[in-house]
Amino acid sequence: MSYTDRLRDWLLTDDAALMLGVMTGLYALFTVFGTVLGLNFAGIVSTLQQITFFAAVYALLALALNLQWGYAGLLNIGVAGFMAVAVYTMAMLTAPVNAPAGGVPGLGLPIWVGILGGMTVAAVAGGVVALPALRLKADYFAIVTLAFAEIIRITYNSQLFQTFSVAGFEMGTGASRGIPAPTNPVLSLYYTDPSNYSAGTTAFGSMVFGAFGAIGLDEALVVDITYTLILIGFLVLYYVLLSRIANSPFGRVLKAIRNDELVARSLGKNTRWFKIKTFMLGCALMGFAGILWQGSQSLITPTQFTPMLTFYIFIALIIGGAGSNTGSVIGGALFAGLLFQGPVFVSRIVETVFSLGTAPNTFPDAVAGLAALRVEPLLAYTLSNLASLRFVIVGLVLIYLMLKQPTGILGHRKEIAASIDITERVSRENSVTPHKAR
Amino acid sequence: MQMSDFYSGLRDSVGDRPLLVVLGVCVLILLLDLVRQLSSGALPARNLAIFLKNGIVLGLIVGLAGVGLSMIYSILGFANFAHGDYLTTGAFAGWMTSYMIAGFGAFGLGDLFLIGIAGDATTVGVGAGVATTPIAILAGLLVAIVFTVFLSVAIDRLIYSRLRDEEGITLVFTSLGVALVLRYLIAFVWGQNSTGLTSTAEPKFSVSSIGLQINAHEITVAVCSLLLMFAVHYLLQYTKLGIAMRAMADNRDLASVTGIPTDRIVRSTWVIGGGLTGAAGYLMTLESGTLAFNTGWTLLLLIFAAVILGGIGSIYGAIFGGLLIGVASTVSLVWLPSGFTQAAAFALMIVVLIVRPNGLFGGVTTA
Repeated sequence: MSYTDRLRDWLLTDDAALMLGVMTGLYALFTVFGTVLGLNFAGIVSTLQQITFFAAVYALLALALNLQWGYAGLLNIGVAGFMAVAVYTMAMLTAPVNAPAGGVPGLGLPIWVGILGGMTVAAVAGGVVALPALRLKADYFAIVTLAFAEIIRITYNSQLFQTFSVAGFEMGTGASRGIPAPTNPVLSLYYTDPSNYSAGTTAFGSMVFGAFGAIGLDEALVVDITYTLILIGFLVLYYVLLSRIANSPFGRVLKAIRNDELVARSLGKNTRWFKIKTFMLGCALMGFAGILWQGSQSLITPTQFTPMLTFYIFIALIIGGAGSNTGSVIGGALFAGLLFQGPVFVSRIVETVFSLGTAPNTFPDAVAGLAALRVEPLLAYTLSNLASLRFVIVGLVLIYLMLKQPTGILGHRKEIAASIDITERVSRENSVTPHKAR
Repeated sequence: MQMSDFYSGLRDSVGDRPLLVVLGVCVLILLLDLVRQLSSGALPARNLAIFLKNGIVLGLIVGLAGVGLSMIYSILGFANFAHGDYLTTGAFAGWMTSYMIAGFGAFGLGDLFLIGIAGDATTVGVGAGVATTPIAILAGLLVAIVFTVFLSVAIDRLIYSRLRDEEGITLVFTSLGVALVLRYLIAFVWGQNSTGLTSTAEPKFSVSSIGLQINAHEITVAVCSLLLMFAVHYLLQYTKLGIAMRAMADNRDLASVTGIPTDRIVRSTWVIGGGLTGAAGYLMTLESGTLAFNTGWTLLLLIFAAVILGGIGSIYGAIFGGLLIGVASTVSLVWLPSGFTQAAAFALMIVVLIVRPNGLFGGVTTA
């Protein structure tokens, strides 16, 4: 076995190496993009930070979805709704009691109470949906979760609940105008007063800002990088937790349910209760991922939780391969990096390398250029409407995957439901050449 | 003796279905409240009539679109998430035709192509409508149908036909990909803004006793939808193709063994389902008077709700479910603020599914 073969084997079999390899590949690609675009060092670091942020949040959500769909076979297409429940609960619990003019009043609780509250409410919402809906066929179950998510979004969007009072406490959802998210706790690490930067930095803040300022990274970027690092920390936590669950007795029952529910029931497992518990845990994890993502924006609005968000998470999971935790992480990274940010950078590069002039306003104007044998108007139009075309690419990739590799990148891996891998022993006994048995 | 029988029977059935009883009581309370509001004058009879009329028109369109979705489900066994975008595509093809005919000569072809989204061919300038430009509307409807038929058959040939033996979930995600491609290709060409379509100067007919007004577009929509629904009913019940389709929905292998050419039946299903969807798209936008790249996608959830409410796979279920969803969403305005019409429809669907997990017509798996 040559050195390169061994490297490839290691990369493909060792999960940590695989995940590291994908991220290194993405970083290399976007460093090249940034260099071609003529970005300075801080610009490239900022680009990589954004890629990492989106890769991490999609990976977090794909992991939670994988618990429900990949392990328990529960098709939840209302992910956005459960995220919304958690994020809104968090924001409503932590919003200041005496809201400034135009703001939304809340209960003014500390942020950790808000996060725990958000996760709890998301889990309860999951239970409320799953309890009656589990009697339904898989398709019907899916549509019920989607309908629930839409009811949630419509409720948060309604003027009716813009502000209301429960037992004398004033609170509200902010309706379509949205509700401000609480101040990012990372800020209080660096600033003595997070709402007023000019009040000065903490001792730790001045030290870190000084160190990074020396290599040309400004304060806002340092804060973003810190937050992204925290996200990665939670991603590791999620991964460990879910891998532990998958290999626990609980996880083995889940895999048994996915393979053949009747058998699992015949062996005396209360499969319904297992499914409900899994669904609730998955919803709580989605809720927390939602808080980490949407809660870090300055404003939370109902438009952030449309059904398409759910489908993006599904696409990320499908790319990686449902049923595999490593696949979920890789899928999240590839979706966020290649499909979401990739086209934007490619178009920016095309724009800088070729001078195309101003884009025509309408499609007929763009095509009219073709009659005069000029491709530039159409190309310029294409680049200026990249927001739409990006989704066409996502759709094409999804179709291609379904036609060629419906199990995703890592979905072909068999995860054994039993605690001892019998197939491995059989293959070892049968194999003649020793290196094939691995 | 008889009375005690009646009571024990009642007790048994109540014990069996506690949910059903709770639901029945809720419906009764709502109905009583409706009567109270009507008699006290809190809700003018005219408003209720308007709600019902709007609900029925919406319900007919949702039902018509639902029939296509339901047929595909019963024959191919998957929920087509691209259905809503077939609807949008049909509507765009149809309105492009209508605008080209209605505004021919007066505006440039490029402007007409854009259906008033940009350029000189504005909604008021072209003035399309059933009364003002009947031929353009008829041609638009036909093109919407024909184009959607071609589109659905082509997509089936290109993509779905390669996945015949795959599980439903693979097809569902494939259709999601198709939906994204169609929707954002439309957005790429026509942009993401919505556009007005029809002139407002349509003749109105009023029912003088309660002061309800029905405009020509609503009548056109109702008549066309009912005609198409009857055509599908006739086709499925009395023609050889319909019988073959029902056989295939029942048991694909058995149908194949009996000598039914299953591939041809699948194609016919796409032809009929696609045609109905295109028609629904055109009629819906004729009635609402607006069109955007995501018109069908936003309607898709209502269509799904209707189809599932009726019991997926049953076309009568889809029609009935459509009407129920349409009426429920508008009549909900009696109690709820206007933002909640869709939420009310979804809530109704969830409640019905809790009581009848297979939908209202779920027992009927054929046609």
